[in-house]
Amino acid sequence: MVTEVSMVAALNQALVHALAEDPRVLVFGEDVGRAGGIFHVTRGLQEEFGVERVFDTPSAEAGIAGMCVGLALAGWRPVAEMQFDGFSYPGLDQVIGHIAKYRNRTRGRTPMPITIRIPSFGGLRGKEHHGESPETYYAHTAGLKVVVPSSPLDAYRLLRLSIADPDPVIFLEPKALYLATEDGEPSVDGPGIGEAQVVRDGDLCTLIAYGAMVSRCVEAAGSLASEGIECRVLDLRSLVPLDVGAIVACVRTTGRAVVVHEAPLTLGFGAEVTARIMEEAFDDLKAAVVRVTGFDVPYPPASLEDAYRPSVERIAGAVRRTLGSTRSLSSSP
Amino acid sequence: MLQLIAPNGRPAGDPEVGLRDDQLRELLRLMILARRLDRGCMALQRAGELTVYPPFEGQEAAQIGSAFALAAEDFVFPTFRELAAAIARGIDAVEYLQYHRGTRHGGPYDPIATGFAPICVPLATQLIHAAGWAMGAKLDGKEACALAYFGEGAASEGDSHEAANIAAVFELPVVFFCQRNGWAITVPLEGQTAAPIVRRAEGYGFPGILVDGNDVLAVYAATHAAAERARSGDGPTLIEAVTYRMGPHTTSDDPSRYRDEAEVEHWRARDPIERYRTFLLSVGVVDIEAVAGFEEDAEERVADIRAGIVSVTEPPASDMFDFAFSEPPETLRAQRREALGGD
Repeated sequence: MVTEVSMVAALNQALVHALAEDPRVLVFGEDVGRAGGIFHVTRGLQEEFGVERVFDTPSAEAGIAGMCVGLALAGWRPVAEMQFDGFSYPGLDQVIGHIAKYRNRTRGRTPMPITIRIPSFGGLRGKEHHGESPETYYAHTAGLKVVVPSSPLDAYRLLRLSIADPDPVIFLEPKALYLATEDGEPSVDGPGIGEAQVVRDGDLCTLIAYGAMVSRCVEAAGSLASEGIECRVLDLRSLVPLDVGAIVACVRTTGRAVVVHEAPLTLGFGAEVTARIMEEAFDDLKAAVVRVTGFDVPYPPASLEDAYRPSVERIAGAVRRTLGSTRSLSSSP
Repeated sequence: MLQLIAPNGRPAGDPEVGLRDDQLRELLRLMILARRLDRGCMALQRAGELTVYPPFEGQEAAQIGSAFALAAEDFVFPTFRELAAAIARGIDAVEYLQYHRGTRHGGPYDPIATGFAPICVPLATQLIHAAGWAMGAKLDGKEACALAYFGEGAASEGDSHEAANIAAVFELPVVFFCQRNGWAITVPLEGQTAAPIVRRAEGYGFPGILVDGNDVLAVYAATHAAAERARSGDGPTLIEAVTYRMGPHTTSDDPSRYRDEAEVEHWRARDPIERYRTFLLSVGVVDIEAVAGFEEDAEERVADIRAGIVSVTEPPASDMFDFAFSEPPETLRAQRREALGGD
């Protein structure tokens, strides 16, 4: 029997299963206990596992992140929630200064099996500080893994793998996808952390994205297909480790690439992906890599959100530009 | 302010703190060793054998009295100036000093096995780690406490507030031990706080103890009481130990440029070791020969430590790559190959 699962439900199940399987797992954050989380991801967990393993903290993000370090030293496996992307920054000092460095500092003697979940990115018509894309801050910090699911079943898998991982993982949940649904039974079997996945095949251009931008790229690819332009869509899933091999393999096949994210353009994760393509697949490129991103401005108010986030039209337009480049024409058979 | 021995070495209260004579002697031995080692480290830095060194001279009683009050199961979260506490906890000084030699970010000592966290430089961040560890210990049903050191400068950081509040809300077994040493690099106490640090405890809802930080028995008694309270499930305590940083912040600054020599002289007359030695001699727990023995022993130990640390050579470059992750990602392995060749 096929069951339909939302991303919120899939994440909730992942936490239930992790708590049930490993008695050292703890889930905590602001409003995660009694309320079950602002987005209901932790709903029912406190009733099932008790107030010692699933608990509300004071409103203190540095405290939440720092407690993860101490709990890890005491042999626990913390799964913490930051309530929103834009409120996670007080915890950034603990993440950069300690969570990312502790294992290295002690030459492996103090593993930090910490997962920090952060509802992230835009699309929910939120207030200021509720639609930010913090991935680059974390991806640029050596010692962290950074994952972003793009579908409910993958959210389940990636969260289970993140919690089981011996190293700290920043788990960015696309808020815009919380209510997205998918048919199937959640399972940890499938691609691991650090493996990108081709979610749509095509041979003219590769669209590279993560999180909520993956389905938008699939939509753009569908619209382009009606013009006879077949695009491949690569879901990165994991920014660190980055599956450079999969990126390069796709670009070698298509010769063109468009990288899409919601974060601002300058030094966004697209810059890293583009540079990797230049370093490892330059000879296979038929056109310059194009980035379709948010703009270099603070995240806008709700009424301007659609103008900020990469649209299907902007993505499709970028693909057409890569197809129309002179380099593309000169190197076509 | 809790004081059991006056600066002149005479009893100021009831100096009976429940320690045996051999333990009372051990406190003096450790303080003499710590000071000798601290001065030795300053000399090692001047000789180019350590990169930068933050001396603790003047704070021996605060560190050794507090560390000595802990049990083996307890866990210490130090700053960067707790070498005296480290040796009182039995940490290998040569391993510890590798941090200051620039060969390791943490000492190679095992923090979990020794119950002594790596040196922590970002101010007050370790106070939250202590709260987290204490929560873990409490969940495990252990009768143990965390002790976190910090200074009055760190007390200005937001993390000190978050840590204290979290420890209070969850009634965690933490001893917050503030060594109020008068100076945060070049900023004096009055530039950090307008009221005694210890008064903050009341706002959090747990006890605070103001103690003469240059009186090792008072520090021991205060810490012992706070640790007992923590282990028995009654929650955290804040201790403000009033002491003084006799030397520079680190070997990189010259305190004569920012503070008055008269102030230093005032504190020199309150030296923690001189005070305790006078007291122990007066009550007959040690004699002159025993003190001389401690000094000779310290000289030898420090010579051994010096020989040990100068023989530590730079680590292989592979160290950079091998500990950041449990299993390095392929992108990192590629960088390792580029830097070092091979696999």
